[in-house]
Amino acid sequence: MTYVVKPKFHHPELPKNKLGYTHRDYEGKISTLCAGCGHDSITASIIEACFELSIEPHRVAKISGIGCSSKTPDYFLGNSHGFNSVHGRMPSVLTGANLANRDLIYLGVSGDGDSASIGLGQFAHAMRRGVNMVYIVENNGVYGLTKGQFSATADRGSKSKRGVTNTDSAIDMVGIALQLGASFVARSFSGDKKQLVPIIKAAIEHQGAAFVDVISPCVAFNNHAGSTKSFDYVREHNEAVNFLDFMTGRAPIHVDYAPGTVEMVEQHDGTMLALRKINAEYDVHDRLAAMNFIAHHASLGQIVTGLLYVEQDASDLHGHLNTVEAPLNALGEKELCPGSAALDKINGSLR
Amino acid sequence: MPIQSVNDFVVRFANVNGSGSASANELFARAVLRMGVPVAPRNIFPSNIQGLPTWYEVRISQAGHLGARGGTDLMVAMNPQTWDKDVASIEPGGYLLYDSTKPMPRSKFRDDITVIGVPLTAICNREYTDPRQRQLFKNIIYLGALSALLDMDVGEIEKLIAEQYKGKEKLFDANKHALHLGRDWVMMNMEHPIGLRLQRANAVGDRIFIEGNSAAALGAVYGGATVCAWYPITPSSSLAEAFTRHCNRLRIDTASKQNKFAIVQAEDELASIGIVIGASWNGARAFTATSGPGISLMQEFLGLAYFAEIPAVVFDVQRAGPSTGMPTRTQQTDITSCAYASHGDTKHVLLFPEDSAETFDFAATAFDLADRLQTPVFVMMDLDIGMNHRLCRPLNWDDSRKYDRGKVMTAAALEAGKDFGRYLDVDGDGIPYRTYPGTHPTKGSFFTRGTSRDRYARYTEEGPAYADNMQRLLRKFETAKDLVPRPIQANADKSTKYGVIYFGSTSPAMDEAIQMLDAGGHHLDRLRVRAFPFHSSVTSFIAEHDFIFVVEQNRDAQLRSLIVNECGIDPVRLVPILHYDGTPITARFIARAIGEHLDALKITPLRKVVS
Repeated sequence: MTYVVKPKFHHPELPKNKLGYTHRDYEGKISTLCAGCGHDSITASIIEACFELSIEPHRVAKISGIGCSSKTPDYFLGNSHGFNSVHGRMPSVLTGANLANRDLIYLGVSGDGDSASIGLGQFAHAMRRGVNMVYIVENNGVYGLTKGQFSATADRGSKSKRGVTNTDSAIDMVGIALQLGASFVARSFSGDKKQLVPIIKAAIEHQGAAFVDVISPCVAFNNHAGSTKSFDYVREHNEAVNFLDFMTGRAPIHVDYAPGTVEMVEQHDGTMLALRKINAEYDVHDRLAAMNFIAHHASLGQIVTGLLYVEQDASDLHGHLNTVEAPLNALGEKELCPGSAALDKINGSLR
Repeated sequence: MPIQSVNDFVVRFANVNGSGSASANELFARAVLRMGVPVAPRNIFPSNIQGLPTWYEVRISQAGHLGARGGTDLMVAMNPQTWDKDVASIEPGGYLLYDSTKPMPRSKFRDDITVIGVPLTAICNREYTDPRQRQLFKNIIYLGALSALLDMDVGEIEKLIAEQYKGKEKLFDANKHALHLGRDWVMMNMEHPIGLRLQRANAVGDRIFIEGNSAAALGAVYGGATVCAWYPITPSSSLAEAFTRHCNRLRIDTASKQNKFAIVQAEDELASIGIVIGASWNGARAFTATSGPGISLMQEFLGLAYFAEIPAVVFDVQRAGPSTGMPTRTQQTDITSCAYASHGDTKHVLLFPEDSAETFDFAATAFDLADRLQTPVFVMMDLDIGMNHRLCRPLNWDDSRKYDRGKVMTAAALEAGKDFGRYLDVDGDGIPYRTYPGTHPTKGSFFTRGTSRDRYARYTEEGPAYADNMQRLLRKFETAKDLVPRPIQANADKSTKYGVIYFGSTSPAMDEAIQMLDAGGHHLDRLRVRAFPFHSSVTSFIAEHDFIFVVEQNRDAQLRSLIVNECGIDPVRLVPILHYDGTPITARFIARAIGEHLDALKITPLRKVVS
């Protein structure tokens, strides 16, 4: 915990993006998490992704639940509105916010306790509905703020810091997201910024429910031998299926890559993902195969990372509800109130 | 002696749920209305889809009494399951209409009522072969029989059927035919009309006939609600469904054919209120509709909305009981749980509409209040208002009315350098400014949270900053007292030491009870409370009287407790009059309960007798 105010000065030659902003313009308050926390690395990746995409920070709404992960929206995009809501309920608050104004970018930040335990229901239903959002779960398998209890993503057989063995089977949120119809599903590791930043960028550009599970070791309570969410364990058991080399707007910049290992993935709004495949058989458009692949590797003790599934013609809740293009929060009396003449007619039909 | 009455009696239909009786019964009520005679129908129905008993009570009252009266003058007994109770509930001198196809033992009847047997099943079986038709048309046949027995204008029923089956000539003919089967049988076979009769009158005026839930939904449309999130629960489901219906008619953009609304049937009440809070935080007008058990589930979020100061509109269509409770019975049972919903040191704005028309007004007003006060606002309806057609004044909208979006700081104001503190009381009314997300690139953003913070929304756990904020919330609640709908006072013709306070659906029964009490020599001033927090006139009304009766439809005298607590009143001076068996409160009940109290007070003191 620190009360230090972050200094605002920065190096005059810091790189700027299209908007003329530097990294610093995407930062927030100083983190109050433990030194070395995986969540801070994710925060850094979010900042990097937003900087690279030249997103106007105030056009992002950051919404979270409760827990260590849910505190992080205070640490990035200081010029964005943030909402630290109630435990496990980020998805509903975000759904409402999204319905009110479809023009903003919605970043939902949650943890494994927040989304897999108390909020499993809301997580599931947000995926089902196809809310256009980036849903990041900072997954450490443990309750940090309340000092080290297992969460629902802790693997069966893993050991807590106090030596207790978890006997409940783990919830795999990636598997659930795939099953429930999320149109973008990825998994990464907080310690792998190279993989994570492009995934977050792609998730932001994706027009639909984008779920990103990020394994993020808890340095205080879940980074010991016997834990399956520690830095060492994840590094040893990581099975990356692909890397997103870049993610841009409508004009992809081609970089050199070995032919045959890169796949260009076009999303329905025209944006392109360039996917560098490590595993040649892996098809990011096959939901069933993805589920199978992940389950198979899980049985071998491997954590599959990368972009696991993306639907090319994704649709979102606004599409399903056929809402007008203008944000609902921008409509006034003129657009919304049918007026007295219509009411007189209604009165007439009720006699 | 059979009851003789013109345009003033109660007809009760005892049916089996799912037998198609509802539309025939409603047709009866509407036909009476079309004859210019006020009616107040009430559904008494089970939590069931098919098979259990259901009743439809129609109070006919040329004098315009719309509260439940109690008792039945004419029972249309169509349900063998409830026969004994139904027959027993008829007023002495009343009438029983039944299906006489199968002979019934004499012991099944009463000597002090007039029994009218019409062989409905026999008529049906003669006429129809299809079992479904036999059942459905039986309802129309008894309606036909009633039209003759009560001397109704059959033309009005035919007109209503024609409106219902506009463009479906075949169905119209079939229904009209069935109607006349019943009517003709009575006309040919028995004396008619009976002692209860309907006579054309001119007592309805321009009033309309609408369910409270539908009126609330219309109010939400007119009030500018764009986001509705809800979870099905009786008796509030039809409110969200009505909103959907109204929006589909009134809120589709003509050019794009796209919707100027978003309705989500959520996975539960927690998600419903979460969606409402998220949408309101982001500047849309949003609401949910629920009932007591839903309110229970929303508690945590309601506390967050209070503390983080986010507008939200909640329609609470009250019913009795916990999770299952008495889901299909009416009560005013959520007063305490809504007024103080959540973690403690929370208080919420409640509105108490009396009928459908006021529900429409309060629904639209609720959105203005929620935005102005940046807090949840509850529209406290109940099943009696929500799920029954009620005769009320026409709905009214002033086209010059503007939505009050409250204190929202714009990009221009921020750009001009106006000091923005999300929880800063700049005007002394306890209400701070807010900004919508996405307003300005570098100014006006803030972090919304349930944890304590200072006036500029910066996280702090400092005691003084927390207390400062809690005090400001109280100031805001003070401000609310003058913004919410004021109580309505009506004084007795003679000056009196006694008063009565009531609210919500008790209203029509209270109006009638006052007349009954007046006739008995008991005079009372009355105050209809229309909102919480209470306006200062509530305290002064109590101060002006020795004793106040507080009439409510719950066990624990919840409004009374709220008055005692919030206005610092000596509880002894507030006499609870409580009705909570799930049936709507009646004038008879109120007049008797208050009358007994007042009679007791009238007893001449012993020392006066002796001296």
